[in-house]
Amino acid sequence: MSFMPVVLWSDALMFLLIATGSATAWYIRRREHLLLPWRRVAQNATAMVSLLVLALFLLAGLLDTLHYRAALPQSNGGGKVYSPEVLSVFDKLVEPLRLQTEKTYSAPFAVTLYAKESISDAQGNVLRDYPRLRYGGAHLADAAQRDGDVLKRALLGALGGLLAGLLVALAGRRWLARRSLPLRPLLSATLISAALLGATASLAAAYHVLGTDKVGQDVLYLSLKSIRTGLIIGTVTTLVTLPLALLLGIAAGYFRGWVDDAIQYVYTVLSSIPSVLLIAAAVLMMQVTIETHPEWFDTAASRADLRLVFLCLILGVTSWTGLCRLLRGETLKLREMEYIQAAQSFGVSSLRILTRHIVPNVMHIILIALVMDFSALVLAEAVLSYVGVGVDPSMISFGTMINAARLEMGREPMVWWALAAAFGFMLVLVLAANLFADAVRDAFDPRLNRTEGAA
Amino acid sequence: MLAYLLRRILYAVPILIGVNLLTFALFFVVNTPDDMARMQLGIKRVTPEAIEKWKQQRGYDKPLLVNSSAGGAGKITDTIFWQKSASMFVFDFGYSDDGRSIAREIATRMGPSLAIALPTFLIGLIAYVGFALLMTLFRATALDIAGVALCVLLMSISGLFYIIGGQFLVSKLWHLVPISGYDGGMGGFKFVALPIAIGVAGSIGSSSRWYRTIFLEEAGKDYVRTARAKGLSELRVLFRHVLKNAMIPILTGVVVVIPLLFMGSLLTESFFGIPGLGSYTIDAINAQDFSVVRAMVFLGSLLYIVGLILTDISYTMVDPRVRLS
Repeated sequence: MSFMPVVLWSDALMFLLIATGSATAWYIRRREHLLLPWRRVAQNATAMVSLLVLALFLLAGLLDTLHYRAALPQSNGGGKVYSPEVLSVFDKLVEPLRLQTEKTYSAPFAVTLYAKESISDAQGNVLRDYPRLRYGGAHLADAAQRDGDVLKRALLGALGGLLAGLLVALAGRRWLARRSLPLRPLLSATLISAALLGATASLAAAYHVLGTDKVGQDVLYLSLKSIRTGLIIGTVTTLVTLPLALLLGIAAGYFRGWVDDAIQYVYTVLSSIPSVLLIAAAVLMMQVTIETHPEWFDTAASRADLRLVFLCLILGVTSWTGLCRLLRGETLKLREMEYIQAAQSFGVSSLRILTRHIVPNVMHIILIALVMDFSALVLAEAVLSYVGVGVDPSMISFGTMINAARLEMGREPMVWWALAAAFGFMLVLVLAANLFADAVRDAFDPRLNRTEGAA
Repeated sequence: MLAYLLRRILYAVPILIGVNLLTFALFFVVNTPDDMARMQLGIKRVTPEAIEKWKQQRGYDKPLLVNSSAGGAGKITDTIFWQKSASMFVFDFGYSDDGRSIAREIATRMGPSLAIALPTFLIGLIAYVGFALLMTLFRATALDIAGVALCVLLMSISGLFYIIGGQFLVSKLWHLVPISGYDGGMGGFKFVALPIAIGVAGSIGSSSRWYRTIFLEEAGKDYVRTARAKGLSELRVLFRHVLKNAMIPILTGVVVVIPLLFMGSLLTESFFGIPGLGSYTIDAINAQDFSVVRAMVFLGSLLYIVGLILTDISYTMVDPRVRLS
């Protein structure tokens, strides 16, 4: 084998989440009453278009989650040696983007560096000019041809993407129509995103579409890599939040008495500490632990990754209290319902009542809270990384991108592209998540009146 | 009323003890003082003597909970827990790594923090409630839908963008106000204007949408229909009935943050160079000054609990049905 698969901790948790998600989906598929609210979501055009965007982000994130270490060329006949660098399938797919680094900053679509340098020409004269880039637009003989070339490539790429999108749309049309999904918005969204992807791909082959950063790395590549970090923060955190909030919340509401008092005490203490401070304190302590135990990590990636997992853990521990309070309140209400009292008088065990009657009836609250939390967590990552208690500085994320670019605000002319790229990608991801979350809330919240007869 | 207050304050004590124990566990049990010393002095080349010296300078060279070598009350008092953690109850926060009294720093830095946070809070409240009322007035029209769409868009933008974008536009491009800095008195206005404006703009999306939900819920109730049936104008219904009754859910979210205004905002203060508690905290986090972070955690939760008590009191003022007993 020329490579060795690597499963980082966050990868494993991501796979666990996907497995759980798939199992839940499979379970829901066969139960019409559980499927009903999802059908409402599916008929919402905004929600479905957002879902399409989220799916694209998820795809990038998932490809970036399959990690491996490439084998190094055999040296002195010894055993196989693997590179210490952990790569992902995504890295392999966009290898040119990753490897074609320039010397330093260059603007989007630039063919020259951002700053003038001393160049000696063929005659040995030294003059100060903008040096040409090593890769960006290197195929052009004359920098003046750039605009035409960019336009040509963009159009060709968009056309190619459009054709591919059209094929997908034709194939998926009947499937969509049979399920009475919002046909036209979905098809146009598919075509638009396909054209956009096509144009970007064709341009990225020859230019740095979003420019390069201080060490000459392609900003588009950095932005795409940041997606995985954002997704992990937004989803893996729920693996901590969910069990804590669910178990403690319904236990407090159902058993009342001293159990309730104890659980309430715990979450009042936790929620009384301002969350940024609690996160900061916990992350500082985590840093100490990581620094004093260098023997735990075999690669730099695994170290950064463990820090990411710890960050999710800390975010989870500090953010379960809100959901727990909601669940406790709902359980308090539910336990007075007649069907629960009937079950109690039949002698059904508490465990069975909780799993059969309480948990299914609070599921909508959990779901709504989880989808609402996702976007907040993605935004929080950027802020925490700025404060210095976020992900490892070596890990590519929206926060580290913003942090690095922020220091260049004072330069003249301004280096704006890294900031714009990070904020732009974040906006699209968070906006799609927010719109989808709204649709989910509308579909699942039983308090909202519905015009269709379904509920 | 007084008896109720006393009881609430007594309830707060176990919670503060909990916070205290939690921070103690976080800072001294998860990692021993030795670990912290090794981290701060550099992992590789550190001698046991250097660690001892580091611990001695900070007063960490004591047992955690029980000092068996000391006699009498010293068994309890001559420990890290007593001197570093329990002492916070009497606002003895000790000294930061650069040797200054944390309590004095807090006292001098509260002013600048408040100069930003208080106007942001007040102007923000008026702006959000006003915007939400406007959307409620035009509910279910294109204007309302556009307003909600705007809110969703605004709340999807990172808070950092508002700060960086605002600083770039107003200070760098238009040269209206200095990029950062602070000055007490009237001359300080030019320094605080932009942070306040950005603070207000930063949460207009989420807050206005939340208030709109509250107003809409209230506007759907029977008494509002009655008021309209009486022939009251829509504006009168909105201000005299809906707004007044919506005060109760609004107060829950609003009053609790008032004491926390003292803590300032981490992001705004560090971007604008305001010498408040927020930037103090950020500096402490970056310098890994554990004693300052510990003090801020304790202070933050103390203020939060004060906020909870204030919330309860404010209920009695706006809702005559609520009696504190």
